[in-house]
Amino acid sequence: MTNTELIGSDPGWVILVKCLLVFVICVLATLMAIWAERRIVARMQVRLGPNRTGKFGLLQSLADGVKLALKEDLIPKAADRIVFVIAPIISATTCFMAFAVIPMTGKVSLFGHKTAMQLTDLPVGVLYVLAIASVGVYGIVLAGWSSGSTYPLLGGLRSSAQVISYEVAMGLSLVAVFIYSGSMSTSAIVDAQNKWWFGIVLFPSFIIYMISMVGETNRAPFDLAEAEGELVGGFHTEYSSLKFALFFLAEYVNIVGVSSLATTLFLGGYHALPGLGFTENWLGGWFTMVWFFAKVIAFFFVFVWLRGTLPRLRYDQFMKFGWKVLIPVSLLWIMVVSTLRVMSLQGAPRFVIIAFTFGVLLLVFAATSLLDRSNAKNKREDAEILKSFPAPSFPVPTLTSHVKTGPEEINV
Amino acid sequence: MSEDFSIEKAVRESIHIPEQVPSPFFTQLKGFWLTFITMFKKVETVSYPEEREETAERFHGRHQLNRYEDGLEKCIGCELCAWACPADAILVEAGDNTPDAQFSPGERFGKVYQINYLRCIFCGLCIEACPTRALTMTNEYELADNNRGKLIFEKEDLLAPLRAGMLQPPHPMYPGTTDTSYYKGEVTGSHPSQAPQEAKSANAVAEPHA
Repeated sequence: MTNTELIGSDPGWVILVKCLLVFVICVLATLMAIWAERRIVARMQVRLGPNRTGKFGLLQSLADGVKLALKEDLIPKAADRIVFVIAPIISATTCFMAFAVIPMTGKVSLFGHKTAMQLTDLPVGVLYVLAIASVGVYGIVLAGWSSGSTYPLLGGLRSSAQVISYEVAMGLSLVAVFIYSGSMSTSAIVDAQNKWWFGIVLFPSFIIYMISMVGETNRAPFDLAEAEGELVGGFHTEYSSLKFALFFLAEYVNIVGVSSLATTLFLGGYHALPGLGFTENWLGGWFTMVWFFAKVIAFFFVFVWLRGTLPRLRYDQFMKFGWKVLIPVSLLWIMVVSTLRVMSLQGAPRFVIIAFTFGVLLLVFAATSLLDRSNAKNKREDAEILKSFPAPSFPVPTLTSHVKTGPEEINV
Repeated sequence: MSEDFSIEKAVRESIHIPEQVPSPFFTQLKGFWLTFITMFKKVETVSYPEEREETAERFHGRHQLNRYEDGLEKCIGCELCAWACPADAILVEAGDNTPDAQFSPGERFGKVYQINYLRCIFCGLCIEACPTRALTMTNEYELADNNRGKLIFEKEDLLAPLRAGMLQPPHPMYPGTTDTSYYKGEVTGSHPSQAPQEAKSANAVAEPHA
């Protein structure tokens, strides 16, 4: 029986238990993620981070959550009350929903019932995740618009523009995965990575996905929507109390969500590291969950590392990067991948495939070196122009004796 | 003669045009490596209430009203500190010393002395203004409180504690001295005759100022 059939034959109570588990995992992951992020970023800045509430400060985010819930819940007079309330709910629910198709374990037995830890297995699972993520954008747009104030509106527009443009690159990076696995179902994609992870086979796709997932989640260095210096808090400026907490929750569940998707699509999902395949049978198959979360945590660490290292991008550069670099590059890559795939499926001789690969590599190399050369030439020309300008002088002529450097002039 | 200095030439030479710019990819990697190794460095954080670090020797902390070696107060109520204060945090009211109640050498003493720590900016101008070195600053910085009233420090809160050999004023000046002898630092301790007649000096010395 395949995983799909296993999941399809789940009785109602198993589905309920899985629902609960997904929810609990998401919320717990958020609490831990906020704590871990604060601790790690603090370390990168030679600080300690929260270490007071509970052991190692583990309860810090719980305490913050309680504090947020007890705060006054404000709705601005100019706000559209209904939309203002609905927006955070949209944001929070959609990111939980995306988790439904993520396979977290292989075949396991749940209270004696044979199943796999995946809430549901759609034949178009990955498309479903992308669709849900797009619905999540509504939360941001509506929050910005309904606040009835300028900064949230601008922040909301920025956010949505950003999420939409990076979703294009993200979608394109996934196409190569679909081509290689021959399926859009998450469990089938994980199965297809039995031998080689797609993160290695389709390395450029993996890189593009990594970049666009950071853009997608509005995280540093792409957190333009929350640029404090420009937009106060962005789309959630006017939000307080539990509604703000929902946005906060949504952001972190989203991070866990895209990290899980990356794990599923590129790092072999719940499969063990190469060479450690025997561990997949430990604890009756439940040990695969450890592998899955180890990979998700690794992705999360990358998120934090990025935040600790890179400054925020300028908005125009960010958009330029998305549309003029990521999308064309992924389109080219898809062409190459699909050509290679068709060649191998049609049984083309090996030397043809190798020749094609080399040809592509040569073309890419030639193009980049030409680009480099023209860039360097431009830079030199700029420098020449700068040199030919008259050097700036002081607005008031200096006394010559002050700048002379002979020994007799020292005591002027 | 040395060659004339030319600004234009200096500026021209200062425009440095590198032939080979390091690849942005590797400079980025360097940044990532830096943040990564920083995680394993010793943190700068001081776990404050449990662990304390010494302040700098001349740190501007809470004020202190000093005493002479026999316990008389140095403050003469001249109000120069209050006038020097840019934040108007100091209030001084002077009083007259009488033969029955001598608080400081000379004619006058600070009867009321208040510093409002809600206003004080710890600039130290009051210390510079003080002609008798009565007012100095300690290194104490834990001045937070939950009440505005508690942050107006009275004279009793600011006075230096009595050290060994000092007597609680009011008491007469050291026999055979004038205020000038005090200012010159010639008084180096108290004399038994300065102690109040009813309570013996040992009693006054042993009892620290509340």
